[in-house]
Amino acid sequence: MNAPLMIFFVLAAVAVFGAVSLILQREPIHSALSLIVVMVALAGLYLLMGAEFVAAVQIIVYGGAIMVLFVFVIMLLNAGEEERTNFSKLATYAGIPLALAVTGFIAAAIARSGGYLPAAAPNGALTSTKTLSMLLFKEFVYPFELTSFLILVAILGAIVLAQREN
Amino acid sequence: MNEFLASYAFLIVPVIKIGILVFLVLTVDAYLTWLERKVVAHIQTRWGPYRVGPHGLLQPLADGLKFIFKEDPMPAGVDKIAYFLAPFLTLMLALTSLAVIPFGPQRFTIWGYETHLGIADVNISLLVLFAITALAVYGVALAGWASNSKYSLLGGLRSSAQMISYELALTLSVVGVLLLAGDFSLRGIVEQQAQSGKGLLSWNIFPQIIGFLCFFTAAIAETNRVPFDLPEAESELVAGFHTEYASMKFAMFFIAEYTSMITVSCLCTILFFGGWLSPFPLSWTFTQFLPPVLLIAFGLWTIYDGIRYETIFGRLLLPGVGIALLALGGALLAFPVINSYIQGPFWFLAKVFVFLFVYIWMRGTLPRFRYDQLMTFGWKFLLPVSIATWF
Repeated sequence: MNAPLMIFFVLAAVAVFGAVSLILQREPIHSALSLIVVMVALAGLYLLMGAEFVAAVQIIVYGGAIMVLFVFVIMLLNAGEEERTNFSKLATYAGIPLALAVTGFIAAAIARSGGYLPAAAPNGALTSTKTLSMLLFKEFVYPFELTSFLILVAILGAIVLAQREN
Repeated sequence: MNEFLASYAFLIVPVIKIGILVFLVLTVDAYLTWLERKVVAHIQTRWGPYRVGPHGLLQPLADGLKFIFKEDPMPAGVDKIAYFLAPFLTLMLALTSLAVIPFGPQRFTIWGYETHLGIADVNISLLVLFAITALAVYGVALAGWASNSKYSLLGGLRSSAQMISYELALTLSVVGVLLLAGDFSLRGIVEQQAQSGKGLLSWNIFPQIIGFLCFFTAAIAETNRVPFDLPEAESELVAGFHTEYASMKFAMFFIAEYTSMITVSCLCTILFFGGWLSPFPLSWTFTQFLPPVLLIAFGLWTIYDGIRYETIFGRLLLPGVGIALLALGGALLAFPVINSYIQGPFWFLAKVFVFLFVYIWMRGTLPRFRYDQLMTFGWKFLLPVSIATWF
């Protein structure tokens, strides 16, 4: 087994472990911490694919900005320990088969593609900051601007909703 | 043996470099506390540490021993995982951020492995630094939340709010430098400032002086230092987020704070003050002799001061240190190769020291902000101004 593959498995295991722990933790802040672990592990995976810029931005935006807000709100509201309720009937009868089905589909898709999955871009050739910005601001400029407009609308909405109470 | 070294050099060399850097940084951290106490004391016309060793020079050692041997009680009702995680996380992130700092221009080859002065030469090193800074909030926030104490919680909350607010200004004020350099790598940013060869005048500080002021202000807030030390405001919050920590866990927060001060000073040096570049034009070759001359002058002064010192220990130790400094300066004069080699690191460290001194100077001079002033200043003044520096 070569080194990148080994690193991949370690990071993947960390990400999956974090994701499972996110659901199982009863303390909201532990869940948030698990989610941060997932984000950082994902950044490591991006780095492994040679996408350095995306990896750094993943940590800055998701690991830093967004998760800090989560943690901040949890701390501010002093959200207590979650109460375990009995699983609802729907979760047992529909959820478990559905989860199994989704896992099956993904496994089947991977199995059918055999060893022919396309390889990641070799060492940042495709994902350097310059190439990325060229793609964003030339080829995909309309979707990019539309997305930013969407975010602007969301910000305005948040301000309007917050103002109404006063 | 040689074959083994050659094939694993990519692993061995960085590990050795990390070891050296961590050792150096921890030592500098320790003596930074000494310097801070001395400088603040002299600002307030006191003597500062004077008992442990000549001029209190062994005080950091005594402090370290005290931290190790102190009892480490754990308050009731803490969240154990977060309580233990917080100091480790804080220290780890603070030390990690130093990994991408380049300390000098040289590249050299050890056992067939090409390396440089610095741990990692990433081509997005600035973004990596910001990513680490972004994660650093958790250490403080978790420490405050996990300690199960109202002072800690208030400190943690204040600190997360403060760090989120000032991170924006910190990042935005660098954009001007990035536009000038066209490069995310710290090495590239320094090399861009070297191009015109005019020394001081080609540094980024001249087009970007407002950017620098914004950056430094925001960086002080990020490191929770005076006048932005609200998370640990001792008159209101006892000690803020680390109230409930003792012994080595408290020391870890302390070391992390001083390490991030060093990182910020390194960043200011690299981004705005030409990194390892000399402030003099390239044609002034005689400035090469500045490091040995300074060493010799300081060595002579140490000997002069040492022989008049009150205690016998001081009269023995200080002249010894002075003679060592003299010998070092003499060696640099005798071997011009070594002298030209240390030019880069010399200027780099000299500039970093100036920033560290400014940090301490400010602590001795400025009063603390009030919380609402802090937020108003950050959002309504610093943020727009740092955007204005782009033009």
